[in-house]
Formats: sequence, structure tokens, C-alpha cells
Amino acid sequence: MKASKAVRWAASLPMLLLLILTTTGCTEKFVVLDPKGPIAEQQRDLIIISTVLTSIVIVPVLILTAIIIWRYRDRKGRKAKYTPGWEHSTKLEVIWWGIPIVIITILAIITVKGTYALEPSKPLVSDKKPMTIQVTSLDWKWLFQYPEQGIATVNYVKFPEDVPIRFEITADSPMNSFWIPQLGGQMYAMSGMAMTLYLQADEQGAYWGSGANFTGKDFTKMYFDVHAAPQDEFEQWVSEVKASSPVLTLDGYKRLSEPAASDIRTFSAFPEGLFEMTVTKYASSHNHGLSWEDIQKVQIEE
Amino acid sequence: MWEKVKSFASDFFVTGDPLIYGADVSIVLAAISIVFVMTYFKKWGWLWREWLTSVDHKKIGIMYILASFLMLFRGGVDALLMRAQLVVPEMEFLTPDHYNQIFTTHGVIMILFMAMPFMFGLFNVIVPLQIGARDVAFPFLNALSFWLFFSGAMLFNLSFVIGGSPDAGWLAYPPYSGLMHNPGPGQDFYIWGIQISGIGSLMTGINFIVTILKMRAPGMKLMKMPMFPWSVLSSCIAIIFSFPILTATLALLFLDRYAGAHFFTLDGGGNPMMYINLIWMWGHPEVYIIVLPAFGIFSEIVSTFAKKKLFGYKSMVYAMMIISILSFLVWAHHFFTMGSGADVNAFFALTTMLIAIPTGAKVFNWLFTMFRGKITFETPMLWTIGFIPCFVTGGMTGVLLSVAPADFQFHNSYFLVAHFHHVIIGGVVFGYFAGLYYWWPKLFGFKLHERIGKWAFWLWNIGFYLCFMPQYALGLMGMTRRVATYGWDKGWWEMNLVSTIGAGLMGIAFVVQVWQIVYSVKHLRKDRTGDPWNGRTLEWSIPSPAPLYNFATLPQVTAQDEWWEEKLLRDNGQSSSVPPALEPIHMPKNSGIPFVMSMFWFAAGFGFVFQWLWLIIAGLVGVAVCMLVHSFNYDNDYYISVDEIKRTEAAIREVPN
Repeated sequence: MKASKAVRWAASLPMLLLLILTTTGCTEKFVVLDPKGPIAEQQRDLIIISTVLTSIVIVPVLILTAIIIWRYRDRKGRKAKYTPGWEHSTKLEVIWWGIPIVIITILAIITVKGTYALEPSKPLVSDKKPMTIQVTSLDWKWLFQYPEQGIATVNYVKFPEDVPIRFEITADSPMNSFWIPQLGGQMYAMSGMAMTLYLQADEQGAYWGSGANFTGKDFTKMYFDVHAAPQDEFEQWVSEVKASSPVLTLDGYKRLSEPAASDIRTFSAFPEGLFEMTVTKYASSHNHGLSWEDIQKVQIEE
Repeated sequence: MWEKVKSFASDFFVTGDPLIYGADVSIVLAAISIVFVMTYFKKWGWLWREWLTSVDHKKIGIMYILASFLMLFRGGVDALLMRAQLVVPEMEFLTPDHYNQIFTTHGVIMILFMAMPFMFGLFNVIVPLQIGARDVAFPFLNALSFWLFFSGAMLFNLSFVIGGSPDAGWLAYPPYSGLMHNPGPGQDFYIWGIQISGIGSLMTGINFIVTILKMRAPGMKLMKMPMFPWSVLSSCIAIIFSFPILTATLALLFLDRYAGAHFFTLDGGGNPMMYINLIWMWGHPEVYIIVLPAFGIFSEIVSTFAKKKLFGYKSMVYAMMIISILSFLVWAHHFFTMGSGADVNAFFALTTMLIAIPTGAKVFNWLFTMFRGKITFETPMLWTIGFIPCFVTGGMTGVLLSVAPADFQFHNSYFLVAHFHHVIIGGVVFGYFAGLYYWWPKLFGFKLHERIGKWAFWLWNIGFYLCFMPQYALGLMGMTRRVATYGWDKGWWEMNLVSTIGAGLMGIAFVVQVWQIVYSVKHLRKDRTGDPWNGRTLEWSIPSPAPLYNFATLPQVTAQDEWWEEKLLRDNGQSSSVPPALEPIHMPKNSGIPFVMSMFWFAAGFGFVFQWLWLIIAGLVGVAVCMLVHSFNYDNDYYISVDEIKRTEAAIREVPN
């Protein structure tokens, strides 16, 4: 009866793990599994559904492996059958080509549906008007511009809860990836283009985001704070920033984009069209034949 | 003058890091002691005649495996340094720059300079023996492949002490790997180290396809071939279609850096996304290239140690061929988050999931080979049994990653890091270890010590799960790959601590393996049977180590498990007819050209790295001269006389105890 004991033991391991996790309050740390917005929630659900589906095959296979290895080990006085020439069975082969096909088909349907439903540039369903925040990955900091409010921040982003946020993401640096795990999956930040990512926070709270793609020396310092606040608190914060923060000038942007890490900063205004300039200065149609330095000179002088 | 020398040297050599100074000293000491020992024992001539100029597939295979063990050591030290840096938050053991270099070299070395040569080594030592051939189809080309790999690997490793290591990740995504962000020579070492060894890989792919298609023993139809050569064939097909993409991609990146082109730059209309597509069109087949031969190895071992025919031979063959083809249709799953749109993502998610089907069928076939078998647990079989649950669960997380919309949360996180280490260590490394333990007696004529081998196996396995299971959790906690350090606030430190302990155990396991080899050599117990595991395929029908010409007379094949069937006949007293008469054997002559030509490639590569035009020209001219000399050399084969074959065979069978 040793085999069944081993099986029981194996089954109790994940339970034990779960128990430890829940009792020590560790679950909060699993930010991906602790969503605070509709996108992250659907992604968490997909993760759980696909884990369960694949486990339907994997767990029996693991148990079968243990049983076969135990039962057919070579030892004296063994009663199990030994058929050295048995090498083919169409019935069995159909079964084990069939099982993965069935599971993969189900998973494929779910995946395709999810891929279209969660296409990051698709606006979220909401009765509130989406708010746009323009995100620029710099070496090694994130610049957030609020075109509707006219303010800008560095390594800190605040927005109202329950409002769809349309992030427009670009880079004035090597390719990075913009990720707020509790609100939803990431999107690459690439120069010469503006990627769109819709996210929303269902409840107010402080979250964090990161630059998920390696960009060099201080890439590790590209975490940023995310704050979802009630609408009036957000508006109050905007007016505070407008009243008390310095202005981001073109020269200031140039200094900001020099390679270095940065603390949280706020700006009461930014140059008109700065984000568009950042995107287009690398776009091929605008600068063919000109070097990167030339382009910068031209646009800064304007 | 002195000032000039000093300023040159401070740029040329890597300075400022005590770790590297320590390495400098040990490299110089090791080099001096090797030169001293070789000179003292007057071994230089032997080294040149027996190894550097050899075109014998068995010796080339051994050199590949030796080199890959050295690289496993280097890549492993890199891994341990990284884990040491991450053991607790806010650690200041490595600077970020140094950390970036180390994760880059760890990745490149483990895939291209450890897994690839280990695999080629096993191809070389076993494929000709299993298909009943006397060498590969192109022995000279085979030697050239090895030496190109070797000089590429040395060029890459040189960056550690000269010029500085590359630091743009193992696939060197532009624009970060472009001149604007990465001016140093490290990235050029990366390009040329991989380019030079890549030519070798491509040629090996061609060589083994031809060997398998044209050199099989009489009677061995393709469908009677053992499973390992089948896996080699499927892997080599992927090599010949994917390595040209790598070569072209790196050539374009080199033109960007050297000639001011704008293929992948930010400015001038360059498109870095193009590079990312191209590099994964090679990169994804590459991971199947290294894992398919492991599947072949497991098939051989499972059947040998269950003492039972391999279950579902045909479906195993089809499964491998399907995987080989599908591996070219999945590359975009490495960047679902690059905004390709739902159509593209859905397509690549589906093709990725499809691969799970043939892979799953293979697992069932292995299981049912053991079903109603008689399983014994020698070390090769232990690694195989360790592999099955490991690869099954690693494959499962792979399927999770292929769910495109969920991948937006996994991408670039430690979940991904855990997944690919899970399948590459659990599949590839366990597979090659299994193969090495299995075929070691065929290579050297004695078994490795079983007890120490079991210690190594358990240490590796426990270390593996301790190291990588916590990394899945870290991924779900939002830890992203390649971060050089992290804060106390994220709650990541417990899992990282466990992970580092696991890495340490794997390091100890490697030392135990080296000890196992040393111990087994010291307490040598020679195997006289040539068939220590009661094997099933042709390589076990000849003495160990195999004589230069492998088979005194070429075998006539009638069955899939030819040697097993032959043994059954002999047991029944129906031994096959008298062996046919000996005939002179046609063999290739040794040549120094592959070695010399590869040294010229090394020189040219070094010239490209430092943009020394004179060295580039000298190196390439040397390469051209070598090609010319070889083209006009018609004296490249000879015959082993019947007398000598008789003498060799008699000597093998009558060694005194």
C-alpha cells in the first residue's frame, strides 16, 4: 500500500502550500492574482481557467507515471506482467493523441475569445469618458503627461477610480515595457510609435508599476507609484500640482531625458505637443536621411 | 610612449573589478601550468596528431563534450554570481553594469556554447555507431565545424578579460544593442563569437542530415533506424533552416554598428521590431533544436532499461517531425505584448498550443514503454525518470504562457524565467546528462560510478526544484527578469533566498559530477563486454571504446532493435551466419587545416571587434588560403589493411586483466 500513501502525500503538498500562503498573509504579495481592475481580473481568470484545464491532463499523467514506475520495477517475485515485444496499440495511441487535442481545442477557443476581448487598444465598456495619459519611457524613469489636465509627472501616476484610462505609450530610450500588475498586463514602450493600452482601477488604492523590459544600467530603478483616487481627490491634486509645481520646458525635458534615475517629480505644465514630437522624431517618414542629433536640434529650436 | 601604452591597456583590458582581477590571475596560472605539464611530459606532438588534427567523429565528439563541460562551469559560475546578488534585497555584491554582463553571458554561453556543443558531441559519438557507419559523411567538415565552434566560443569568452563583456541580454535586442546605447566592444564580441560558431553549427546540421540519409548500414531502412538518429535528423532539419536567419540577422546588426547602416537603429528609418522578429525566427526553432535530441536519448534509454521495445515508434517519428516544422510557426509568442493586434496574437497562440499535442503523445509513449516492462534504475534511467514529471509540468506552464491575453501578465516576469529554465534544464540538460551516462562506457570503455552518480542526480533535482519553483511565485508577485536588485517593500526576499539555496545545490551537484568522473577514472573498472547495459542498438555490438573504423565489417540490418534481436537469436542458438570476410577499410586522413583555418577566423573576428583593419584582412586572407590549400589537396584518404584490422580486433579482445 506504499503507492497510495505516496499519492496521498503528493496530493497534500499543494494543500499545505495553500494553507501556508493564506495563513501568513502571503496572498497579497501575489499581485497578479490580486487584481484591482477589470483587465487584470479577466487575465487572472484566464490564468486560473487554463491552469485547471491543463491540470486535467497533467495530474493524472503524474500519478500514472508514479504508478507505472512503481509497479513495473524489476524485483524478485514480481507479479506484474512483462511483455517485451508489445510495441503498438492503435486504440491507446488514438486516446493519447486525442486527449491533448480535446484539451487544447477547448483552451484554444478560450484563448482566441480572450485575445480579441482583451486586445489592449480596445476601449473599455464604461459610462464614463476615458481619460488619456501619455507615457514616455526615458533612461531610466517614466514621464507621464496629462493632456487634458495639462500637468506632467515623473515616476508617479494618479488617476480617478472607476474611469477607463487610455495610456498612450512611447519611448525616448531603448524599448521598455509598461506594467501595472494589479491593473493589467504590460505593453511595450517603443520609440517612433504610440501604443495604446486601456486600464482601469475599480477601487481606490496605491499600486505600483514597473519597466518590465531591460533598458540598461539603472533599469532596476524604473518602478513607479500608481494611485487611484476618488474623482474629487484627483481634481484637487491636479490643482495643487498646477499651483505649486515648476513648469517642464523643452530644455527641462532635454535634461530630464539624460540617462539617470529619478525621484518622483511633478510639473504644472509641459510644452505643447511634446509627446507627439517624441513619437515623430524617430518615425522614419519624418527624418529620412537626417541623423538623430540633427532632428533633435531642429525640433528644439522651433 | 609609456603613457600611450598605459592608456591603450586600460581600454583594452577590463579593469577595476577585483572579481575579474582574480579571474585574470587564475587564467594566467592555469595557462602556465598547462603549458608546463604539456612540455614536461612532451605531449605537444601527441596533442597535435591525436586531437587537434583528428577527423575521427569519436574524438571530435569527446572534444565537444569536454568544451561544453568547461562552458557549463563558466555559465554556472555566472548563474551563482547572479543568485548571490539576488539573495537578499538591496544587495551590493555586483554593480548593475556587472550584473547586466553576467546575465547576458550566462544566457549566451548556456544555450550556444554549452547546450549546442554538448548536443553536437553526442551526435558525433553516437550517430555513426548507431546507424552502422564508419564516420560521418564529411569528416573534414566535421572537424572544421568543431574548431569554428571552439574559436567562436573562445572569442566570446575573451570579452571577459579583454574589452568588456556584452550586456544587452542573450538576444541583444536593438536599439539597446545598437551603437547609440552600446558603443563598447562587448556587443561586437557577441556578434562575432556567435557568427563564427554559427557557421560551424550550420555545417554540422548539413553533415548529419547527409550522414543519416546516406550512410546507414545495408538493410537499415529509415523506419528501422533507432530513435536517436531520428531525433538528430529532425533537429538538423531545424538547424539548416534556422541558422541562416541568425547569421543574416547578426550580419545586419553588425552593419548597423560597423558601417553605419540603419536596419535596426532608432533613427534613419531603422526598425528594431524587425530584429526582434528575425532573431526569434531563429531563437524559437533553436530551443526545439536542442530539446529534440534529448527526446531521442530518452527514447533509447527508456527502452533499454525497461527491457522492452519502444512503444509507438511511428507516432514518435511523426511527433518529432511535426514539432520540427511547427517550431518555425510560433516565434511571435515571444512578444505578444508588442502590439501586433489580436489576429496575429491569436494565430501564434494557437500554433504554440498545437506543439503540446505531439509532445504530450511522446510522453504517453515513454510511459507505455515502461508499462509492462522490467524497469531498473541505473543513472541514465534515473535522469529519464526525473525528466518526465519535470518536463510535463514545465510544458504545462508553457501552455499557460501561450494563452496570449494571460501572457500580458507573465511576459518578462520571473514566471517566464522559471518556465524556460524548467524545460531547458528538465528537458535538455537532464537529457544530455542521461545520454552522457548512458554512452560513457561506449566512449571510454568503463562505467561512471553509480553511487556518486545517484548523489549528483538527487542534488541536481532537489536543487532544481528549490531554485525554480519559487521563481514562478516571484513572477506572480510581479518581479521582472534582469533586475539587478530589489527593495524590501515588495516581499520578494523569502522566495529569492530559497531560489539561491537551490542554485547552490545545483552548483554542488556539478562538483559531485566532476568528482564522479575523477573517481571513476581512478578506480577504473574496465568493461569488456562492449554492452554493459544490455543494449538494443548497433553501437553496443562493437567493443568499447570503438576502434578507429568502428565496424570491422558493416552489419546487415534486419530489425529495428538489431542488436537485441541478434542477442535473442544467439540465446536460442540460432546465431547468424559466419561474419563476412574482412576487406580493407577506406578512411579519411587527419588534417591540420580545420584547426589553422579556425584560428584565422578567430583573428579576423578579433580584428572586427576592435576594428583593426590589418588583422581583419590578415585573418580573412588566411581563411581563403586554407580553403585553397584544402581544395588542391588530393591526398586525403587511405586504406586500413586487412592485416591491421585483424591485429586491432585481436588486441581489443585479448587485453590482459
